[in-house]
Formats: sequence, structure tokens, C-alpha cells
Amino acid sequence: MSPQQSAHPSRWQNWQRSLYRFRQSGLSIAGLCIVLVLLVIAVAGTWIVPFPDHITGGINTAARFKPPSSLNWFGTNELGQDVFTLVMAGARVSLIAGFGVVMIAALLGGLIGALAGYAGGWIDDVLMRLTDLMLTLPSLILAMAIAAALGAGLDNMVFAISMSWWPGFARLVRGEVIAKKEDLFVQAARALGASNSRILFRHVLPNVMSPIIIKMSLDMGFAILAVAALGFIGIGVKPPTPEWGSLLSLARGYLPDYWWTAIFPGLAIFFAVLGFNLLGDGLRDLFDPKARR
Amino acid sequence: MIRFIIRRLVLLVPVFVGLTLLVFTISHVLPGDPVKLAAGPQATAEEIASLSREFGMDRPLPQQYWHYATGLLQGDWGQSVLTRRPVAADLKIYLPATLELVFAAIFLAILIGIPAGLISAMTANRWPDYLTRILSLASIAMPRFFLALVLQLIFAMSLAWLPLNGRFPIIDLPPPTITGMLTIDSLLAGDWLAFTTSCEHLLMPALAMSLSPLATITRMMRASTLDVLQQDYVLAERALGLSQSLIILKYVLRNAFSSTLTVIGLYIGWLLSGSVLVETVFDWPGIGLYATKAIVTQDFMPVMGVTLSIGFIFVLVNLVIDLLYGVINPKVRYQ
Repeated sequence: MSPQQSAHPSRWQNWQRSLYRFRQSGLSIAGLCIVLVLLVIAVAGTWIVPFPDHITGGINTAARFKPPSSLNWFGTNELGQDVFTLVMAGARVSLIAGFGVVMIAALLGGLIGALAGYAGGWIDDVLMRLTDLMLTLPSLILAMAIAAALGAGLDNMVFAISMSWWPGFARLVRGEVIAKKEDLFVQAARALGASNSRILFRHVLPNVMSPIIIKMSLDMGFAILAVAALGFIGIGVKPPTPEWGSLLSLARGYLPDYWWTAIFPGLAIFFAVLGFNLLGDGLRDLFDPKARR
Repeated sequence: MIRFIIRRLVLLVPVFVGLTLLVFTISHVLPGDPVKLAAGPQATAEEIASLSREFGMDRPLPQQYWHYATGLLQGDWGQSVLTRRPVAADLKIYLPATLELVFAAIFLAILIGIPAGLISAMTANRWPDYLTRILSLASIAMPRFFLALVLQLIFAMSLAWLPLNGRFPIIDLPPPTITGMLTIDSLLAGDWLAFTTSCEHLLMPALAMSLSPLATITRMMRASTLDVLQQDYVLAERALGLSQSLIILKYVLRNAFSSTLTVIGLYIGWLLSGSVLVETVFDWPGIGLYATKAIVTQDFMPVMGVTLSIGFIFVLVNLVIDLLYGVINPKVRYQ
């Protein structure tokens, strides 16, 4: 290896080094495995579950409240539906909703933050004061109020949660854009006569993507948690949509005798959040050496 | 110092005005007609119109905001369309219950988190450390409402050690209201039985709420302890023969204050807002349950009241924390 090469490792070498570091961390691997399993369940869910008709609201009153067995791994609920089937189907709902929240929040927050950071002056002042005020508002109550006003439905719930989620992204993106906008390559683009929007979208934003993606992966777990929380309160999705939070909320009434109706949806939320948190931590350690300990 | 405090207090004014403006705007942009809902499905157009006149909702929005904002200053936080009770009176009842829960959760988090972080750092990369770290990772991922249900299932339903829900038994006489927090009121009244009863009711909800801040305090305490133990001045003291316990007392525990303050600042809003989940499970009569009821009926005065009071508390607590940082750490300079 020539000295020049070691001073400027190629992109491929960087990747290999990152991959090595990631593999060294058992927790990151565990997180990745949980997330992969969740993704498989979310995609294949309706084909691999034992009772696909229960997802769409099919019931079997002859088999109400059966404890866990070899036929019904997680038992059955008050309608005789297979809890295992519902929990598996819930993976798709939670992943889509969580991803939707993070995506909308990143787009909206990113746009506001990029505009504030790039424009500066009074636009920056106004947008950032708004962001700060949004951060002081109680996010869960705000999301509940918006979701209730818009009416039941997964899309309304996702929108409501992302309305309280974007300020974090706005602050992050603003900081990154301010740090990048005086860089040489931006000045070069400006000297060549590139328009402001071209500089922002083609030169600045692509260079601040990695912290945004890291925050998205870190937020994914908490977004799933927020979705489940709203479902648990009873605002947002309604049965028969098999959402983990609302499954848990329904099961509350049947404790302690029919504990399996509550424990398994609850554990599903726990593992989903844990998986994304571990994966997000691992990714952050890869891309942000300062956060590594 | 005094000038700094005054300057910060003056700066609160635009923040509060902004908060009221933002909350007012959001609640009026949202679809939904609380008057129509409150009047009932059979109400005629005239009945709805007279009800809306009674609550001042027929006036132009800027006028409505002015009325609301000036009312806030005089202690008039509006009126619930549904129950016709003044929001300020309701908040006076429900806010102390939630604050009691939040304080108890922070107290538990500090009580367990600081020693756990210390032990974790002292045994770094041995099994007590691994156990603490895995537990704190799991704690952050654990949904509060699920933990609350599991606690209920074990300690109330199966073992019957603790009461299932509520704040105080209906048949018993509660202590006279001074702060509205039952534990403190019963202590003030010298009523030991009422104190233990309210503590029994408080324990499970507070534990369910404290898990996330607890995990964060543990992790911060571990990191700062490891950091301090590697400082040159600590190594020098150790070389001079100072015992480990004295080093911890002199240098490490000082960090406990700043990490605790940071966690309180970070979590106060999260706890106040998220208490709704725990309150739902334990039927704890706080602002969370109050807000939920109002949200479901789209009764927006109470929702605005709850949102604003949480926002105000959040801003004030963070101001106090900023000031305290300066008290415990002279390196933080006021400008």
C-alpha cells in the first residue's frame, strides 16, 4: 500500500472498515437481525400466518380465549381470533406507520431546516422560533388532538404524529446546512452561476444526507412506539386493523385471566422498538465517530 | 447574576405569547366543531348559533384570541363546552395529580439511576456493568403502558400487594388539600396512614413512568464517572493514596448533579405529556386523562389549557435548570 493510499482511504476501504466495526458490535447485529425478521414478517405476513382470514376481521366464536397451544401459539382473543396471526399482521401496520411518520417528519423538517439555514436572516429567525415553540408543546397530546380532529384511520394518525415530529429534523438539517453552505464546492457552484435552489438541492442537501438518515433510523423505534401509544389510547386506528397498541388496549379488559391477549402484542412492540434502537445506535456509531465511546 | 435572571425572565414574555398564539392557531385550524358536538345530534341551527354566541365563537378569530389571551392573564382559561366548568378550576384539580406522578417518577429515577450508573462504571466491562447496560437499553425500548399493565398484572392482580388503580380509596378520608399532591398534603397534615396509602397508589404508576429517565440517568452517570476517573487530577489524588470512596465522594458525585439536571430538563415535557399513557392504565385522575376526555369530544378549551400549562412548565423548568447549572458549576458563565 502506498502512503498516498493510506492517507486517503478509498470509499471501498471505508466501507469495509465500517462493516468490520459494525460486525464487532454484538448489539448492532442483534438489532439488525430483529429488524430483518420484522421486515420479513411485514412483507410475507399475510401468507405465512396460520389464520389469514382473522386479519380482515374473521371471527371464530367457538374458540374464544383459548390459552397458547400448538394450534394457537399465542392463544386466541375475545372473538376467537388467533393472537399470533394478529401480532404478525401488526408488524406491517407498525412498520408502515413508523416509516411514514419518520419520512414525513424528515421531509417537512428537512425542508424547513434547509430553508432556514440556507436563507438566514429573518426567514431563519421566524422558522426557528416556530420550531422552538413546537418543541415546547407536549408532542403526544398534540398528536392526539390532531388525530382525533382528523378522524380515525392509519393515514390520519401518521400525519398527526409527524406534525409533532418534524422540529427535531428542522434543527438538525439547519445546523448541517449552515455548516456546509460556506464550503468551497458551494462557492464554486455559485461562481458558475447555479441558482439558489440548484445549490441547495443538488449540492448542499446531498452532502448532509448521512446525519438525516441516521436520525431517521434512530427515530424509527420511537415512531413505532408513538403509533402504538396512540392506538393504546384509542385514538387513531380502530379494529379490525391489527395494530399492536390497540390490540393491547382491548386486551386490558381481559386481564388477568386471559393474559396472553396482552402480553404478546406488548412484547411485539418492545422487540420492534428495541431492534430499531439497537440498529440506529450501531449506524450512528459507524457514521459519527464522535459519538463512539 | 440578578441581571441575568431578569433578562431571562423578560425573554419569557415573547415565548409565552408565541405559545398561546401557536396553540390557538392549531386548535382553530383543525377541523371539527365542538359546539355542534356539544349541542347534540338533534340540535337545531338556532340552538347551535346561540351556543356558539354564548362561548364567543361567532366573533372574528383575532378578537377571539385577544379575549382568550387577556383572559389567561386574569386567570380565566376559558370554559369547557361540554361540562361548562371553567378550565382553570379543572386544571387546579388535575395538574397536581400529574405533577405528583412526574416528581415521583423523577425521584425514583434519581434514586435508582445514580447508584446503578456508579456501579456500572466501577465494574466497567464486567458482568454487573453488562447487566446494567442491557437493562437500560431494554428500559428505553419498553413501552410505558405495557410495563404499567405488566406491573398491574403481577403486583395488583396476582400478588395483591398494591392497589390496582386510582389515587386514593373513595371510602377513606383524604388529607386536607394544600398542594393537591396527596403524599405531601398527608405529610403536612401529619396523617401517616394517608401518606402510606397514597404512596402505595403512587408506586406502580411512578415506576412505569420512571423507566426511560432512569435508563438515561444510569447511562449518563456511567459515562461521566468513567470520564472523571481518568482525569489527571483524579489519578494524582489516587497516587497520593486517597481512597476510592473519597474520590467518588469528592469528584464523581459532583457529576451526579449535572447529569440529573440534564435529564430533568430533557424529560420534564416528555413525562408531563406522556403521563396520559400511564394515567389511562391506572385511572390516575391527572391532566392526561382530562385532556383525553376533552380531545375525544373535541372540546378544545381544556385541550388548549393542558397544552399551554405543559408548555409553560416546560419553559420555566428549563429556565431554572439553566440557572442551577451556573450554581453548581462556576465554569458556566452568564452573559
